[in-house]
This record gives sequence, C-alpha cells and structure tokens, in this order.
Amino acid sequence: MSTLTVFWIFGVIAMLGGLLCITRRSPIGSALWLVVTLFALAAMFVLLDAQFLAALQVLVYAGAIMVLFLFVIMLLNLGRPGPSDIRGTMGIGVAIVLAGVLLFQLRVLGTAAPPEAIALPPGTMAALQQREGIIGSVAGPLFDAYLIPFEIASVLLLAAIVGAVVLAKKRL
Amino acid sequence: MSFFVVVSLLKVVVVFFGMLSLVAGLTFAERRICAWMQDRLGPNRVGPQGILQPAADGLKNFLKEETSPALADTPLFTLAPLIAFVPALLTFAVIPFAAPLPTRWGLIPMVVADLPVGFLYILAIGSLGVYGIVLAGWASNNKYALLGGLRASAQMISYEIALGLSAVAVLLLAGNVTLSQVIAQQQLGAWFVVPLTVAFVIFLISAFAETNRLPFDLPEAEGELIAGYHTEYSAMKFSMFYIAEYSNMVTASALMATLFFGGWDIPLTTWDEGAPSVLKTLATLAAFGAKTFVFLFTFIWVRWTLPRFRYDQLMALGWKVLLPLALLYITIIAGAVWFTRVQLGWAYGPGMAWTLGGLNLVLLVLVVGWLDRGRIVSGSGTVREEAA
Repeated sequence: MSTLTVFWIFGVIAMLGGLLCITRRSPIGSALWLVVTLFALAAMFVLLDAQFLAALQVLVYAGAIMVLFLFVIMLLNLGRPGPSDIRGTMGIGVAIVLAGVLLFQLRVLGTAAPPEAIALPPGTMAALQQREGIIGSVAGPLFDAYLIPFEIASVLLLAAIVGAVVLAKKRL
Repeated sequence: MSFFVVVSLLKVVVVFFGMLSLVAGLTFAERRICAWMQDRLGPNRVGPQGILQPAADGLKNFLKEETSPALADTPLFTLAPLIAFVPALLTFAVIPFAAPLPTRWGLIPMVVADLPVGFLYILAIGSLGVYGIVLAGWASNNKYALLGGLRASAQMISYEIALGLSAVAVLLLAGNVTLSQVIAQQQLGAWFVVPLTVAFVIFLISAFAETNRLPFDLPEAEGELIAGYHTEYSAMKFSMFYIAEYSNMVTASALMATLFFGGWDIPLTTWDEGAPSVLKTLATLAAFGAKTFVFLFTFIWVRWTLPRFRYDQLMALGWKVLLPLALLYITIIAGAVWFTRVQLGWAYGPGMAWTLGGLNLVLLVLVVGWLDRGRIVSGSGTVREEAA
C-alpha cells in the first residue's frame, strides 16, 4: 500500500467521523465519533513522520481529554439524545452562510502555498530526527528556543485550573 | 510478499494466541492459587488437576444465553466489550519478549513492532481501555453500572498520571523510549529497579489501579455496586471483559519486567548479550516468562491478601500521595543523573546504578516511614498513645 492509499483511507475516516460527530443527537455518540476522528488524525501524523505527536494525540486527546468529556456527560446525565442546537429558520440561515464562508476560505487555502521563507528543504525533518531522535526533535526547540513561551503557557493553564477550582467550590 | 510482512504476520498470530492461552491459564491459576491461600482445593475436576477448567468455562460462556437490557443503548452495549478487549491485546505489541532470533534470511527481532515511540504507544493504547468500561457502564442503562463506569474513568485517568510520571524516571536514565533500547541500557549496568526503586514502587501501585485489580477494583466493587460496569453483561460479552482484565495484567507484568527488571536479560551473565543463537532466544524467552510470571503471581497474591480501598482513599492516594511523590522523585533523579553524568562524567554502568541505588534506598526508607507514620511498622501502639 502506498502512502497515498493510507492517506485516503484515514482521510475519509477522519471526514466521516467529523461529520457524524456534528450530526449525532446523542452527546455520547458525538464524543465517540470525535475520538474516531482524533485517531485518524494520529494516523496522519504517523504518515508525516511525526510518530511522537501521533502517540501524544492518542494519549492526551483520545485517552484523557475525551474520557473526561464522557465523564462529564455521564455525570450530568446528558447522555440521551436532546433537541437540536440549530433552531428556527434564522438559525439555519446563519448556519448556511457560515458554512459558505468556511468553504470559500478552504477553497482559497487549498490553492495557496506556504511562503518560501518558512518552507524547509526536503529531507530536513528526516535528518533532524536521525540526529536528535524522535522526541529530541520536538523537545529541543520546546525547552530551548521556546522555553519562555512554553512556561508562560503552563502558568496560564495553572491559573485557569486554580480559577476553576475557586469558582466551583463554594467553601474553600 | 516480502520477508518482513510474512514474519510480522507470523509474530502477530503467535503473540495473539500466546496471549489468549496465557490468559486462559491465568484464570485457572488465579482460582487455584486463591484456593491454596484459603486452604481449599479449587477447581480440580476437569482434566488432570483441573487443568482443562478454562476450556470448560470458555465453552460454557459460548453456550450461555446472551441477555440485553430492554432500555440499553444496543450498539454501544455490544461495542463496549470489544473496545475493552482490543487495546488490552494491542499493547503487548511493542514489548520485546526474547533476544533476536537468527534465521537463514536474517535476524528477526522478537517483538511484534519495535516502535520508535515504544513506551508512549503503551500509554496511549492503554489509556483507551477505559472507554470499554465507561461505555459498558453507560450503555447498560443501570445506575450501578453507571457508577462503576464513572469510577473507572476517574480512577484510570488519575493513576495513569502517576504511572506515566514514574516511568519518566526510567526514560531519563535510559535516554530513550524504545523498549529494546531500555533493555540494552539495563544490560550495561544493573537492572533499573536498583537505581530507580521508588519509581518501581509507584509504578507497581499504579499498575494495580490501571488494571482494576484489588485493592483498587472499585469499578466492580461487588459490595456496593453489584458487579459494577459489567452488571448487565452475560455469556461471551462478559467473558470479553474478563479476558481484557487478564490481558492487561499480563501486559502490565511484562512491562514491569521490561522497564525495571531487564526484560529478557538473564541476570549474572553476559552470555545472552553475545552473538544471537536459537538457544539464546529460547533461554531469554524463558527468563522473560519467569519475570512476568513473578509479577502475575504478585497480582494474584495481593488480590487475595488485601481488602478493597474506599473510593475517597483511592483518590487521595492517587492525587495527594503518588502524584506529588512521583513529581518530587523525578526532580531528585534528574538532579542525580545530571550530577553523575555531566559533573562526574560517568556513563551508565554498575557504578552509577549502585550509587543511585544507595540514594533510592534512603528515599525509600523516608517514603515508607512517612506513609507508615505510626501504622504498621511502628505498630498500632503508637496510635493508641496518641489517642490517649
């Protein structure tokens, strides 16, 4: 099987999963189809020689975040099919307009090429992974060139967590 | 078809059937060992010493009536056992179970897929097993099953963090996440259980929670939840959960053997690290099997020794003890590895391993002393004195 065949297989799975995710009435069904999409995307990462990202995608998104989603859905007992989110002629109209704008954007993006300045010569990633290992090529920039932004993002997330606890707890 | 494809397919088939027969044997071993611990005989009627009991159980489960609750979500109710079953078998794929086998066509590594992301693959696929349990609990439309599913999701996410963090220490020392490289590194010095004893203890405790085994089998606590998430399941669907639990046990045991006890390495000799031969492959397979069996026995042993934790105790242990402990431990070990490697210029070998081992002994005494705080080791007398 060529890479292209594999790409099409997982591309179709990802698209179908995404479509079913937004059309299911039951929140549990939606969440599960989202997991399928995340899985197909992880396969895409493998095709791009980013096995580390693929593993993290499954580990963090499919394995942890979506499980928490299911946990919340089940805890609040929202699992049964509910009413549709799009109501009335007005809602449908807005949805159609937004979908049209998005399709137009995708059409433009599809024909655009990345600027020369940020394009890497072919084989750079493979050489980098050969030299620094599959994790080193991600960890190197993260803890070296981008250390400060990375730490700021961590502090931001921590602040959000503390804020959530303070808001949720009536008595501390 | 290329040689690689044929060999890979062969390995998949062998590991799959090996795993299933091991699971069958394990269900039997569990019952016999439990009986032995409780001074009973256990199943001993089917075949010599009851050895065919798993076959009889399997046949019974195939022939039993399948029930499905009237208000269950049928597609998910059917899918849930499969979702529990598949990741449990998939995780074993990256664990090397013997030294490479030399053949006329070249060296065959004795692992289904030696992925460059090795250990992360196990964490990633292992984290999917919880879906089976959660969905089983929800799709059954039974409040006890739902509670079991909820507990499973919270418990497995909590302990996954401690499990992953304790393994970070291993990856720090090995400098690699590929499991075959982790084994190769351990062959240079001592097994990682020596320089990383505390990490092993955290890993072992978390592994019990991840496999839903007693003392952490809260998702199916029969005292409070009938049978938890699989209350509504019968026949082969129930069997799937059963097989999944035991496969998870096998993978967890094999993983502990690989990460902390040298994998297929034979102790006290460097014979197994020389040029590959068929004999070496068989001998290392036996060594790996023996190590894995020790942990499988420990799983069974603990199950029939300790009572079940309360749910709040389980969560407190995970978040307030194991997680801070693992974080602190990574900091200490990273410092120690940096000091010995960069400042002293040592490479990993027996010297570095035993130096770190000494550090770990001190840490372990401190941790156990702090956890014990006037309970088991120092005796209950101290508690009575405090109360008085």
